[in-house]
Amino acid sequence: MSELKRTVAVHVPVLARVEGEGALDLRIVDGEIAELRLRIFEPPRFFEKFLEGRHYTEIPDMVARICGICPVAYQATAAQALEHLFGVELSPWARDMRRVFYCGEWIQSHSLHIHLLAAPDFFGCNSVIELAKIAPDAVRRGLRIQALGNELMDVFGARSVHPVGVRIGGFHGAPSLARIRTMREKLRAALPEAEALIRWAAGIAVPQDDQAFVSVAMRHPDDYAIERGGIGASDGLHIGADAYADHFTERQEPHSTALYSDYRGQPYLVGPLARLNLNHDRLPERVRMLLAETGLVLPSRNLFHSLVARAVEILLALHEALRLLDGYREPDSPWVPVTPRAGVAYGCTEAPRGLLWHRYEMDADGRVVSARIVPPTSQNQGRIEADLRLSLLNFGLDHPDDALRLHCEKVIRNYDPCISCATHFLALNIGR
Amino acid sequence: MGGSTVRPRVAVHKFSSCDGCQLAFLNLGESLLDLAQRVELVHFAEAGPLDPDAEVDVAFVEGSVSTPEDLDRIQRIRTHSRLLIPIGACATAGGIQALRNDVDGAQWVAQIYSHPEAVASLAHSTPIAAHVKVDFELWGCPVSGPQILQVVNALLLGVAPHDNVDKVCTECKRRGYPCVMVSRGVPCMGPVTRAGCGALCPGLGRDCYGCYGPAENANTDSLSAQFRGLGLGAAAIEQRFRSINSQAPAFFAAADKARAGRDE
Repeated sequence: MSELKRTVAVHVPVLARVEGEGALDLRIVDGEIAELRLRIFEPPRFFEKFLEGRHYTEIPDMVARICGICPVAYQATAAQALEHLFGVELSPWARDMRRVFYCGEWIQSHSLHIHLLAAPDFFGCNSVIELAKIAPDAVRRGLRIQALGNELMDVFGARSVHPVGVRIGGFHGAPSLARIRTMREKLRAALPEAEALIRWAAGIAVPQDDQAFVSVAMRHPDDYAIERGGIGASDGLHIGADAYADHFTERQEPHSTALYSDYRGQPYLVGPLARLNLNHDRLPERVRMLLAETGLVLPSRNLFHSLVARAVEILLALHEALRLLDGYREPDSPWVPVTPRAGVAYGCTEAPRGLLWHRYEMDADGRVVSARIVPPTSQNQGRIEADLRLSLLNFGLDHPDDALRLHCEKVIRNYDPCISCATHFLALNIGR
Repeated sequence: MGGSTVRPRVAVHKFSSCDGCQLAFLNLGESLLDLAQRVELVHFAEAGPLDPDAEVDVAFVEGSVSTPEDLDRIQRIRTHSRLLIPIGACATAGGIQALRNDVDGAQWVAQIYSHPEAVASLAHSTPIAAHVKVDFELWGCPVSGPQILQVVNALLLGVAPHDNVDKVCTECKRRGYPCVMVSRGVPCMGPVTRAGCGALCPGLGRDCYGCYGPAENANTDSLSAQFRGLGLGAAAIEQRFRSINSQAPAFFAAADKARAGRDE
């Protein structure tokens, strides 16, 4: 048993292939995990603070800058919150196109994550560039799908990083029918590629891991929830965005600039696998068929299924975009006029990495009095650490340091943590 | 590419940012694989390779300097890099997070975090050029794939990259977009903002909000006067300049003037 007596200190100073900067410290003493910390050292960027005093028309452009990979999530959530407070009813065109726009981000972000960040681990590669040498067709397909997602964002936002198309009340401009026709053809052509991606992703051998956790995701009566719906949990919770803070709490750990979220005193899961666990009954027929073909049983308690879940959501997003762009017509106006009003605005949407929640207190002139933004990565933070402990024990602590480190990295990447987003910042003196 | 060709060694470093400018590489699609043939990506944490202290021909730097540790890291990068090129508004002007520079950021941390000691944050968010010599700057929030490729291609050819210091207005004219300010009275930052984006915002019929930073010889006084004529108050004019590139000297000065209410 001398093997178990050793003291192991694994320190990963910079986590590769995650967005933003984080580090991992693991100390094993006498066969037990003595310390396990996912440290975030992305410095705070104080978004919630400098939104104060800003006019509502500036918010979509400012919150986009929280994350270069999921700017649409931030824009759409802020717009949803403010439109609700201001009593704005979007035109059916704008409502549908918000979802299409958001689908573009899911396609882009998920494909980037699968191919550039997560998959190399499972093929013994260090990067997508190495992976491209042994799986060139799969990588090129992935990069094409990612590019298509970017193009769909571009159609509505003029660019895919910090797009400029969203305004409170709709969009600044509407794409021409000719542009949408071209886009539809490309989306249609991508369907078989996305189906092949699901089969490929499902064929990647992943560790068997079984953990108990609560899944939290939005639910909508008709849709696979993305840009609208209430907040649901696998234990039966169903609330509106305005009740989020009554059920979910945040705290800061001494070692991190990120904040941790708890639900009923426990960590919980948000993101693609949580969504699939809760909403697989809302998938279109064709997507459900493909999912059944993979043999994935839902709800799943193995976070390594996150990769397949992302692939499934890419196909879903393609189907949704095509459905909503069918019979496209340019609107008379892409936006409706807005009159600001004082009050508290709540909004939530499903960012690629999971539930994103915003709260804005607004004055009568339409300026921000206070803002609070809870991104998915800080909600997953506690879950990632709990998962690391459990899955390391499952994996076996007697593996060599390098194997332990790689396993930890794989586990962390399942969550696709976006550390840039994770560093939001909360006024702990908020009264409730 | 023949095995005998020596490929330039390239690093991509991240400081305080949203990661969006690195996406100019990661969103290249299949061109990313071609790029990886032409240059050797030595350090690029988000893409995989990790070797922050390797000697490189070109270091692209995303993000602003905003922690005590950053101060040391940017010096090391400078030492190891033949050319150092900041990319994006955070690296060239401190970024949107530099909006904290006007307030006491450290005090915010102490007031709000229950464990402020874990939050190592400098009072100011500053551009890379405030700390080390830079060889070329790419402005934009975010920089685009074509901008990056253009710089890489120029360097591969051994020529100086082209610096676009024109105004967004020139891009509108070139593309035949009607002027949103003249035709609809929308307070547009295009007349003082650096070109390079392709006039995306006016192309959608909306105002430019200055995400590419100030153009050369930006006449901010004249634009402020124009904004006043459109009915904007001093506070609104100040906020137009105090946004994504608030610390860029031309915008900083214009915001200051608006605040002091002493323009012309």
